Amino acid sequence: MTNPTPAPIPPSTPDTTADATADATATRTTAISIRNLKKSFGSNEVLKDISLEVATGEVVCVIGPSGSGKSTLLRCVNLLEEPTSGQVFVGADEMTDPDVDLDGVRRRIGMVFQSFNLFPHLTVLENLTVAQTKVLKRSRAQAREVARHNLERVGMAHKEDAYPAQLSGGQQQRVAIARSLSMDPELMLFDEPTSALDPELVGEVLAVMKSLAAEGMTMMIVTHEMAFAREVAHRVVFMDDGYVVEAGTAADVIGNPQEARTRSFLHRVLNPMVIDASEITDEGVADLV
Amino acid sequence: MTTQTVDRPRTGLSRRQRARLGRGVQYAIGIAVVVLLAVKIDWATFSAAFLRSDILARMMPRVITVGLVNTLIYTALAFVFGLTFGLLLAMMKLSSIGPYRWFATAYIEFFRGVPALVVLFMVAYGIPNAFPGFSFPGGTYGMVMVGLGVTASAYMAETIRAGIQAVPKGQVEAARTLGMSHSRTMATIILPQAFRIIIPPLTNEIILLVKDSSLVYVVGVTADQYELTKFSQDFLNRTVNPTPLIVGACCYLAITLPLSMLVRQLERRYAKAR
Repeated sequence: MTNPTPAPIPPSTPDTTADATADATATRTTAISIRNLKKSFGSNEVLKDISLEVATGEVVCVIGPSGSGKSTLLRCVNLLEEPTSGQVFVGADEMTDPDVDLDGVRRRIGMVFQSFNLFPHLTVLENLTVAQTKVLKRSRAQAREVARHNLERVGMAHKEDAYPAQLSGGQQQRVAIARSLSMDPELMLFDEPTSALDPELVGEVLAVMKSLAAEGMTMMIVTHEMAFAREVAHRVVFMDDGYVVEAGTAADVIGNPQEARTRSFLHRVLNPMVIDASEITDEGVADLV
Repeated sequence: MTTQTVDRPRTGLSRRQRARLGRGVQYAIGIAVVVLLAVKIDWATFSAAFLRSDILARMMPRVITVGLVNTLIYTALAFVFGLTFGLLLAMMKLSSIGPYRWFATAYIEFFRGVPALVVLFMVAYGIPNAFPGFSFPGGTYGMVMVGLGVTASAYMAETIRAGIQAVPKGQVEAARTLGMSHSRTMATIILPQAFRIIIPPLTNEIILLVKDSSLVYVVGVTADQYELTKFSQDFLNRTVNPTPLIVGACCYLAITLPLSMLVRQLERRYAKAR
């Protein structure tokens, strides 16, 4: 298996507006490259031949109905799920190569989970320093400095001595983001980061993610927040039933979807109250388009 | 008839009043039993049988310096062996490598099913016969450590395994995502949480061990190696009076009650970090 040759293209400054990015993304190196990825759980094929690239500095939102394989796709990127076939490259490293230094590559990939997954037996500060000292071998003082800096970035500096159980969901998720940032990741994966939050706490997490995007962080985000995707994503990928159905700029995919399945999904998500009870079948909601 | 009137009992008492009445009756019965016992028991005979201070005086201080101390030592040795080996067995049982799992399962099932007394016999008499010339390092203490520890490890392995499995899978994922290796994740993230979860069942096992240490006499121990039960029994034989048993029992409680209290405190301390 050959490593991909990242296209040597001059980097451009990240741009958060969706319109200007269509050509901007084409002028960056590749951060994630997914080729013909398939993943089955037993006889259940969850991902059916996915190919996708994420450029350095790009923000890609993956949307789609539940069970469409979005989270599995994300988890295949850092090999929390082992792909059945196909290749995944992160930078120049092939994650699917059996000889890859998995721990080495993983520490360059931040990941934020739906359920936060903070370490409940450690304080907020310790949550941020433990991997720095044990994995990156930073000194205690240096790790603390980095941790405090990142807590400040997410507005959680005042809670460094608290335990995760003492924080609200939104606060926990911001700490989880800061924990990932403390490893100085090259890219960040977000797996439905706001889905477990009470509605009034969603905003604070999205605001942090937005500021990260503005700083040029490469981000791959599985989300149901359409307004966020529309505003922040350079590119939106719509998945259904294990396939990438449609991909393009946020304005195109969300504002002017070409595929019937995309339109049907967006219609349901953006107008949750318009579904008539008669349309609900054993299979879910019948396609409206 | 409305549901409200259905709820009302015929006596006209509210639910709270009935509960109070029930409690009152129970207290009354309890007090009556205590009073009856106090009146009926011949206290002079009773204390002559169970509470003879002259025998207590004769047992002192060796019941503490020998009996209690040895019970503590045997318990601690068996606990350390059981915890160490139990942790190893728990890891083996959760391993992806088949033979490790099979060995751990077989070991746990065997030693949980066989009485501790039998295991102690096998270690004390079986091993020296099977391996002539072999002697346990540490003599009797080493033999007891293995003899009691082997059984304890089988129980603790299952407790630890349950604790590890009770830690949410997301914790492993978060740690591995941060670049921690499998063993680093275990040591830094999973085991500290697992041990907090299993503090109550583990306490149970220590308390059982305290009491199992009374089996040690079967390996043949010198007077200086007597633990509480053997020590008390020895006095029982000499005095033909059960007072030593009461003294011994109090000494066991002097170990287990503070232990329970300590653990309750630990649990409270960890409560906010769960």
